[in-house]
Amino acid sequence: MSFSVTEPSARQKLFAGVLVLVYALVTIMPLAWIIATGFKTPSDAIAYPPKVVFEPSLEGYVNLFTTRTRASAETLESLGEPQTWYDSIVRKNDMVIVGPSRYGERFLNSVIIGFGSTFLSVFLGTIAAYAFSRFKVPLKDDLMFFILSTRMMPPIAVAIPIFLMYRELGLNDTHLGMILLYTAVNLSLSVWLLKGFIDEIPVEYEEAALIDGYTRFQAFYKVVLPQAATGIASTAIFCLIFAWNEYAFAVLLTSGTAQTAPPFIPTIIGVGGQDWPAVAAGATLFLVPVMVFTILLRKHLLRGITFGAVRK
Amino acid sequence: MSIKPIERAASATPQSVARKVRGLSDRAIAWLFVAPTILLLLAINIFPLIWTVRLSFTNFRVNRPNREADFVGLRNYERILTDGDIWVTMQATAHFLFWTIVLQVLIGFTLAYLINKKFRGSDLWTTVIVLPMMLSPAVVGNFWTFLYQPQIGLFNYVVGFLSGTDPSGFSMIGEVALAPWAIVIVDTWMWTPFVMLICLAGLRSIPESIYEAAECDRASKWRQFWTITIPMVLPFLMLAVLFRGIENFKMFDLVVQLTGGGPGSTTELTSINLKREAFEKWRTGYASAYAVILFVTVFGLASIYVKALNKVKER
Repeated sequence: MSFSVTEPSARQKLFAGVLVLVYALVTIMPLAWIIATGFKTPSDAIAYPPKVVFEPSLEGYVNLFTTRTRASAETLESLGEPQTWYDSIVRKNDMVIVGPSRYGERFLNSVIIGFGSTFLSVFLGTIAAYAFSRFKVPLKDDLMFFILSTRMMPPIAVAIPIFLMYRELGLNDTHLGMILLYTAVNLSLSVWLLKGFIDEIPVEYEEAALIDGYTRFQAFYKVVLPQAATGIASTAIFCLIFAWNEYAFAVLLTSGTAQTAPPFIPTIIGVGGQDWPAVAAGATLFLVPVMVFTILLRKHLLRGITFGAVRK
Repeated sequence: MSIKPIERAASATPQSVARKVRGLSDRAIAWLFVAPTILLLLAINIFPLIWTVRLSFTNFRVNRPNREADFVGLRNYERILTDGDIWVTMQATAHFLFWTIVLQVLIGFTLAYLINKKFRGSDLWTTVIVLPMMLSPAVVGNFWTFLYQPQIGLFNYVVGFLSGTDPSGFSMIGEVALAPWAIVIVDTWMWTPFVMLICLAGLRSIPESIYEAAECDRASKWRQFWTITIPMVLPFLMLAVLFRGIENFKMFDLVVQLTGGGPGSTTELTSINLKREAFEKWRTGYASAYAVILFVTVFGLASIYVKALNKVKER
């Protein structure tokens, strides 16, 4: 190993390491608390002082997926022994399960709208990025800036006419409406990111393919697409995370059939206010997939969140 | 590359199709590929924007679709710019923008500087630190109201424990003096990693040879920091501030779940205020004018800023 003047000393490294570790532990606390609260009973969740050690319970998850009603002692008596483990958790609170909650539907809506809009925005973004990268498009810079500028608009500012337009077209509170909307919002990200990825693929590959008798289309999907696969995949995850997390449009334009999970989770209520274990359980199931994706994406993170402005 | 796959590809495409496709010029393909994106953006971004501008000159109300909307000229704009409440909102937004940016730049840069020391496990901890910013602001913001509960909330407990005050003695989201800081704290928690990542890229882009040269000239570490590190990271830092500035000017989901704009209207940022006008009071025309003013402000400030950024980059 060669001597380097810029290499920090062991003491400096230790000092830096300890500080960063402390920050990381503090920053992870709220997230750890969400996950822990999901496994608490409602009384443990609001205990003072806050309980770090507690007996895990699945009550939050049961409450998240069911709707319950209070039952009188006689009714409970007449029902006999609880049939399932979740029945017995609910019975302990003198309640009976009357049906499933809407969480499942809302989660499914998030999945449908998230994947639908991701597919569309990556598909349209890839072909547009390819054209911007390889062909002489008139007013190229202006068009690229126009695409980026659509991201600067506050969602609430365009929500009024979109609300009116969707009402005319019957798209309010529909999956299709939300998919189109999220696609439009994500296009700026996907075009900018993918243009960066495609720019990095040497033009010579396609030129060689064209000389070998490939058509433009063949060169595009047999040469360029495979080369851009990693870029396309990471762009897709960024689009998916955006659609997954989006709240403003969802809360304004959906109420029933197409409502996604983010507007729904805060409305989970129990007896006397929010049912925190159930909210935390819902949040955990909703956030954990994104945490996993973030870990997978860590190499592309910077590029994704800055629209390709910072590459490293 | 072997010839085989190419031959297979050529023969897999029927002659007629191949000729047709070949017939498309590059120019035609370019338009074919770009058009769907532009059309969708025109339909879902530009058309609504134009509609907003049109509505902003009327007294239209969405909840009374049968009433004829009248053209009122610039009256909506006049009212907004002379309305005292709007300035209260603007001040709340300015407070939020200023402090989130200051804190995120200071903490973010410090973290990046420390992580750049490349201690063991730095990659792992960087990933852990980054987690909050990838999560749904509405869902996380809602959960923070639980952490902020007097007495039972974890935040109050920890603050009480460290400072010796009573954890049930204060309410971050219930008190006028504390609520503006409650939203600053959560936003900083969530978005500091963003600034950190960009700074880290900046720090890593500095060639080592510059420091080596400075070392030969016997420049002190302190001097190296101010004459090499800071100027080299500055364009990156400015980019981070631009992104955070635009995002926080639009801020809606996190704050609406956290405080809902309250108590009173202490944390009513422009987007929340706009949502109230448009979707609770249903003053569509007025809200449209408001939206236009906001958009012009963001766009104008961002353009000026980008010019400044480019100047710094050229240096």
